[in-house]
Amino acid sequence: MAPMILTLPWGVALIVMPVVGALACYLFRRAAKPLGLMTVTVTALSAAGLALRTTRADSYHHAVGGWGAPLGIELYADGLSVLMLVATAIVACAISFYAARFFDDKEQARFWPLWLLLLTAMNALFLSRDLFNMYVALELTGLAAVALTALTGSQDALSGAIRYLLATMLGSLAYLLGVVFIYHGYGTLDLAMLGQLVESNPVTWLALGLVSAGLALKTALFPLHFWLPPAHASATPPVSAALSALVVKTAFYVLLRFWLEIFPSEGAAPAQLFGLLGCAAVFWGGVQALRARRLKLLIAYSTVMQIGYLFIAFPLGILLAWHGALYLLLSHALAKAAMFLAAGNVLYYGGHDRIADLDHVAQRLPLTVAAFALAGVSIMGLPPSGGFVAKWLLIQASLDTGQWWWTVPILAGSLVAAAYVFKVVGFAFTQAEAPQEAKLVPVSMQWTALVLAVAAIALGLIAPWTLTWLDVGDPFSGAVSR
Amino acid sequence: MNALLPYTLTGVGLFCLGLHALLTHPHLLRKILAVNVMGSGVFLILVALAKRSDSPVPDPVPQALVITGIVVAVAATALALNLLLGLAASSGKAELAEDLDE
Repeated sequence: MAPMILTLPWGVALIVMPVVGALACYLFRRAAKPLGLMTVTVTALSAAGLALRTTRADSYHHAVGGWGAPLGIELYADGLSVLMLVATAIVACAISFYAARFFDDKEQARFWPLWLLLLTAMNALFLSRDLFNMYVALELTGLAAVALTALTGSQDALSGAIRYLLATMLGSLAYLLGVVFIYHGYGTLDLAMLGQLVESNPVTWLALGLVSAGLALKTALFPLHFWLPPAHASATPPVSAALSALVVKTAFYVLLRFWLEIFPSEGAAPAQLFGLLGCAAVFWGGVQALRARRLKLLIAYSTVMQIGYLFIAFPLGILLAWHGALYLLLSHALAKAAMFLAAGNVLYYGGHDRIADLDHVAQRLPLTVAAFALAGVSIMGLPPSGGFVAKWLLIQASLDTGQWWWTVPILAGSLVAAAYVFKVVGFAFTQAEAPQEAKLVPVSMQWTALVLAVAAIALGLIAPWTLTWLDVGDPFSGAVSR
Repeated sequence: MNALLPYTLTGVGLFCLGLHALLTHPHLLRKILAVNVMGSGVFLILVALAKRSDSPVPDPVPQALVITGIVVAVAATALALNLLLGLAASSGKAELAEDLDE
């Protein structure tokens, strides 16, 4: 049994399964829901298989069709890719089971093909090893995400989707232009080969600038975050959860790969800039979240803020800092999905998400409010959550490198996060002025949010094990040695 | 290198022109066209890159990339136009809405 698990091409299954499922859902609209659920389950099992394989052996390689890099397409997974894939699989399962109850029959048929295509694109991205495949996967992710944003067809959703589409296209084109300059300079697109070839010259700087700007726009780093709140707040809750928890992380993942493997020696000044923008994002996102009057907009601004934290790791640049950023990414994926699903329950229940009019939600949807509060614990970074471990690692890294000033935004951000989480929880206990009609929320939808929130907390308890796993195949070796 | 330079400059020029239009024009159709102009600029440089060495046989990799890039651009444009039609039908104008927080 064990040797068979180690030899199966799990990486291929992670891409082929969801794309076949998407086509099947599109062709057999009536059966979209069972087909979709089945596909997501099988895809998650493939991610587990790949994870098992990398814990037993070293990193995973697969040359598609027998054509390896640099001529053909090679799939590659080290600890970093596998953790992204596993996190995607867990969040995707939760969102899928939630969506199966949340949408009505007509929406189900529209949701599943796009959702499975999004899953395909994200899996392909995490398994990519060359710059052009990453471009294609990023574009597919963007297109599927935009189409999902516009799912309801409401005016807000369409407007948010177009803004998102224009931003993501602009980001992709800047990235592609950067890749063109890299190909001009070095004649290859393979990440590992570029890492050995790259040298410091104007073409490299230009490429670095274009790629970083494009990906910062797609990751919604302050001040390029303008497209995120309208898109994430106007999409339906399961889609918002996927966008905030997973989709913004894909562009960050690509940026991280560039940084770790191609540009490690170019670092100092741009890294400081990333750190400063990250701080600005923490404060701006926090203040906007505090000011928001709608729950989903608050959660969307909280995403802007949490993305800021990811960029504080760049000026620190040591292994601890990268571990911290990755841990924040994982715990944020779980916690933010839980928050958006909890917001979805509130929206389903009362038909609105105005924070001031939350009418005794704590008594009527106790599981949902518990999920929101627990996810909030991880977002704030209180022990023993995943968010706590992440912030601890970042603070430790800033003290170790003698750059103590980065601890200020990390700690202050936690206070702001606490303020906006308690603002919501506070209103959940009070009575609204106008009584409202309420719709019964299925118990499974409530439990899904809670399970994700508990997972975000539990992530803090399994930190040593997860961090060892992250280092399979040494994804950080290039950047740490400088 | 010298043969490449005019194409690169034109491509970068188109990219900047498109970026300017994308940021300044409020009408969405113009924004979508602007993104396409930017894309054309990038593809122009990519096609010209096929002659990056002196050998008489062009490098096939950039051409393969351009075809993929064009397919992606066409798909994105189709999606954008579709969304634009939906927005124009429901709101009566082809411009982006502002504040969501009411």
